[in-house]
Amino acid sequence: MSHALIVDNLVKTYVAGRPPAVDGLSFAMPRGATYGLLGGNGAGKTTTIAMLLGLLVPSSGRITALGHDMEKDRFAALARMNFSSPYIALPHRLSVSENLRVYAHLYNVRQAEARIAELARDLQLEELLDRPAGELSAGQKTRVALAKALINRPELLLLDEPTASLDPDTGDWVRSWLERYRAQTGCAILLASHNMGEVERLCDHVLMLKQGRVVDEGSPGDLVERFGRGDLEEVFLDIARGTRAEAAQ
Amino acid sequence: MTGMHDREAPRNDPSPLLQSARRVWGLVYRHLALYRRSPPRLIELMYWPVLQMIVWGFITAYLAGVQNNLGSVAAGVLLGGVLLWEGALRSQMGFSVSFLEEIWSRNLGHIFVSPLRPGELVAGLATMALLRTLIGVIPAMLLAWFLYSFNIFALGPLMVAFFAALIIMGWAVALGVTSLILRYGAGAETLAWSVLFGITPFAAVFYPVSILPSWLQPVALALPASHIFEGMRAALTHGEVAWGHLGAAYLLDAVWIAAMGWVFMNQFQAARVKGALLNIGE
Repeated sequence: MSHALIVDNLVKTYVAGRPPAVDGLSFAMPRGATYGLLGGNGAGKTTTIAMLLGLLVPSSGRITALGHDMEKDRFAALARMNFSSPYIALPHRLSVSENLRVYAHLYNVRQAEARIAELARDLQLEELLDRPAGELSAGQKTRVALAKALINRPELLLLDEPTASLDPDTGDWVRSWLERYRAQTGCAILLASHNMGEVERLCDHVLMLKQGRVVDEGSPGDLVERFGRGDLEEVFLDIARGTRAEAAQ
Repeated sequence: MTGMHDREAPRNDPSPLLQSARRVWGLVYRHLALYRRSPPRLIELMYWPVLQMIVWGFITAYLAGVQNNLGSVAAGVLLGGVLLWEGALRSQMGFSVSFLEEIWSRNLGHIFVSPLRPGELVAGLATMALLRTLIGVIPAMLLAWFLYSFNIFALGPLMVAFFAALIIMGWAVALGVTSLILRYGAGAETLAWSVLFGITPFAAVFYPVSILPSWLQPVALALPASHIFEGMRAALTHGEVAWGHLGAAYLLDAVWIAAMGWVFMNQFQAARVKGALLNIGE
């Protein structure tokens, strides 16, 4: 099977002698799949995503993204992937179209203006193109960040809490849009989120992280069934609070 | 909806060099768009060089009035020094502040996860530094010509060569400053404004290296700027072309750029190991 992402025994230790932030993480994500990375604060999600994006060098282990070794050939992979996070802004003074144009150049997108127009139409940004990014609402900013993340037609998309701070209606719109996008493009999506409903809805497979390790994984339905719980949120709480054994019995 | 079904038709990708140039242009475009939308930033670029020129212009006018012959020489040397040194200052600040703009706008994460290589980042920042320098210094040069009849480029291509060497020195110092920002985060940002001012006493901007204590002279002569200003004074006062100083300036520029480039690349890699790129704004 062709994989979008192969992570092999990934370890990251920030300070020698302290426990690693990520400890032996391994998984293989097929092309076209949506994987969820779940865990409480400090579980290692941000560190993992940073290593997947080449922002952080692993202490050991190997990442292969779209067939490229991320340590030796990360720029070839980065040109075919993209990333969105509400915690990383786009320049506030630049208009939406200027921001998208910047990233069209950075990703060497051909026919950039046509691509921007296409994304503006799809993500309902046409009326916002001339407005400074800093003047947009949270929902509008999320749509612009998505447009930036899709500017290069990524084959692998990393999303860090894509619907954080959005109202339920806008959050639902974004989730629906991502579902349609994946179905139509075959783009693989790795999603880090604290919204369990979102993960249940979008993800084929979930990796439960705790203290840098995968403590359980499977499809959302499998996990819920295995833990004998009503939904993924209860499974998450079992794992986070260490009540997994009792729950699983 | 956009998707793989409407992917672009297979085509020959542009050469790697053209792709690289386009990424550099992307970064430059980002900053040009910022200045287009922020007139105060644009005015600030011109403000200090013009103010410096006005103050030093009046000082030289006063000196010329006190003692005619000496004053005329001093006028040329001082105004030339001010204008050329502003070139180095604006070049260094232009590079460092353009990098800081990415931190201030919390955009650096997006830049670092794009295919932009570190060398292209440096090329984009250096281009912005050059543009910012020209925007800042050209009005001051015009003012010097208009108010004090002082045309620094009357000496021809030699002055252009000196000016270019100072801009390159500004890039080298800025690479060092940016490395410190990568190492210590935005807490090191005050260096972006102050570091070249600290070098001024040893850079022979307004007086020759021979004025400095003998133990300090080797330090001064290790700076490209000292050779540039010695060369400028030789040209302005004696009409000589100081090829030795010009050559030394460019040689030292090459050494400084290579050394600071090495420091930058090492610091960038160290930041990737330590995770400093994740919280550089703090």
